[in-house]
Amino acid sequence: MTLSSKNLHWSAGGAAILSDVSLDVRPGEFLGIIGPNGSGKTSLMSLLSGIRKPQAGSVLLDGKPLSEHGRQAIARRIAFVEQQAETTERITARQAVELGRTPHLGALTPWSRADDAIVDRALEEVDMAHFAGRLWHTLSGGERQRLHIARALAQQSPILLLDEPTNHLDIGHQISLLQLVREQDLTVVAALHDLNHAAMFCDRIAVMQAGRIVALGTPAKVLEPQRLQAVFGVTVDVERDAGGGCFIRYRRPEPRPPRLKLVAGEGT
Amino acid sequence: MIADRPILRRTGAAFAALVLLLFALGVGAAVGETAIPLDVVAKTVANRLWHAGYALEPIDEGIIWNYRLSRAMVAACCGSALALCGVILQSLLRNALADPYILGISAGASTGAVSVAILGIGAGALTLPAGAFLGAIVAFGLVSALALRAGRGTSAIILAGIAGSQLFNALTSFIVTKAASAEQARGIMFWLLGNLSGVRWPDVWLALPVAILGLIVCLWHARALDAFTFGTESAASLGIPVRRVYVVLIAISALLTATMVSIVGSIGFVGLVIPHAARMVVGVRHGLLLPASALIGAIFMIAADVLSRVIIPGQVLPIGVITALFGAPAFALILSQRRSAL
Repeated sequence: MTLSSKNLHWSAGGAAILSDVSLDVRPGEFLGIIGPNGSGKTSLMSLLSGIRKPQAGSVLLDGKPLSEHGRQAIARRIAFVEQQAETTERITARQAVELGRTPHLGALTPWSRADDAIVDRALEEVDMAHFAGRLWHTLSGGERQRLHIARALAQQSPILLLDEPTNHLDIGHQISLLQLVREQDLTVVAALHDLNHAAMFCDRIAVMQAGRIVALGTPAKVLEPQRLQAVFGVTVDVERDAGGGCFIRYRRPEPRPPRLKLVAGEGT
Repeated sequence: MIADRPILRRTGAAFAALVLLLFALGVGAAVGETAIPLDVVAKTVANRLWHAGYALEPIDEGIIWNYRLSRAMVAACCGSALALCGVILQSLLRNALADPYILGISAGASTGAVSVAILGIGAGALTLPAGAFLGAIVAFGLVSALALRAGRGTSAIILAGIAGSQLFNALTSFIVTKAASAEQARGIMFWLLGNLSGVRWPDVWLALPVAILGLIVCLWHARALDAFTFGTESAASLGIPVRRVYVVLIAISALLTATMVSIVGSIGFVGLVIPHAARMVVGVRHGLLLPASALIGAIFMIAADVLSRVIIPGQVLPIGVITALFGAPAFALILSQRRSAL
């Protein structure tokens, strides 16, 4: 089960969002994608999931372009949790997770007890079993996000794509969710904002800047002060421990020099 | 054994629904200006279907078989078809206010109908229902083309539908004011508000297969419709071929609406309100919601037809007046409930 992209291009409204993105996801790894806002993380995730079609280049699943796989066949292998999927329907938490079984059920396949067991387990894994009967609109942003993850787990696809999965979560749930995903026997690609989470949980990290992958490798290799300065514009110290782990400490920016006042008529 | 129970329960529910529907049809045939007992209705059906040979008043038998039963059947088909369209359009477009007429179909049908009835287009070869059907399809084609040009997305369809409806409603008004005599204008008004008076068995043989086809196609897509709960991208990631589902379901709702509108005129509020009422009863899962909406829609329409015949003695109200009279307050109730839920 391999997922890779070759020379992906994607542009919207004349502006290039992704240019020449090639990426091989290794089976079983946790690959983090980091980069500033607008660097193309979300677009890359939606191309990898097959929801959008690349304007040039291709995404390959087991060596075959995604476009040659059926939609259902893709969903059985790739589960995708997008950012901010919302609904106004009065569905319960459990029903939202049950949707994850969709790719495994035909129009006439009855819902089985095995499906129930899978949904139960997914709810327990994200610590939402006690909220199973609650209506969606009564849940907090973090609880909804955990249900989206549970839905993806119920999908039982070997590849899991997560677009900023820890948005809206408190720190305890952020870490337990990443740990949960890490513990699964899955290939994971996750767009992440928190560099320390990326350092803690990822096997490899891809750094995106202006629609390109500018670095790819283990956290210890990729997370370097100069690179983070160049990509994110922040000054950091990177502490490394003996086990090859690293920790990023942000430095507070120097106070800005007082701004020069523009004199009217300047430059004419 | 336990695993069999859901199937038993479903069979039981389907049987209960069928009994309920048959009872509603029976009542629809029994009630009217001359009330006829239910057992006479049953005997009439037995006589006509199995030559049971019960001795009945020929007039009663004639009224039941030739007028009321066919009328009740078409009302049921029409109610369930419009309710089904409402469910699938509200789900696909993710808009609680979507109804079968949002695709411009009813407006187009009206224009088609007045073109035939007043302008005489078709020179007698086109009947009014045929004109309405053609108008509906033309309007739907225009709205779809406009929506596709405006880009994908649900708001494009809704906006295109509004534009199309406005255009065709204006055309209808233009034709009526420009060319119609007072008598014609009155007749066309009656048709526009929905009218089951002229309905006979040939209409049943058109409405029934279309309604059944619609129900089957919708039920086939029940799981796909569930998957649209969190939007089209989420549906795609759950393995739904979004574009194909869209095309099939929008096309079937166009066919259902155009067929029903061409037989009975445009009847408002059923497609909008019944799905919401059904959601309150059975929840949002389409496997249950679709058949429940179809059933409630059918029964509601039979009841509305009965009311339209008896509410003013000696006069038949357009059925659209009844559905709107009851639909509008019901809709207001739903709106206020939604607000408290948010």
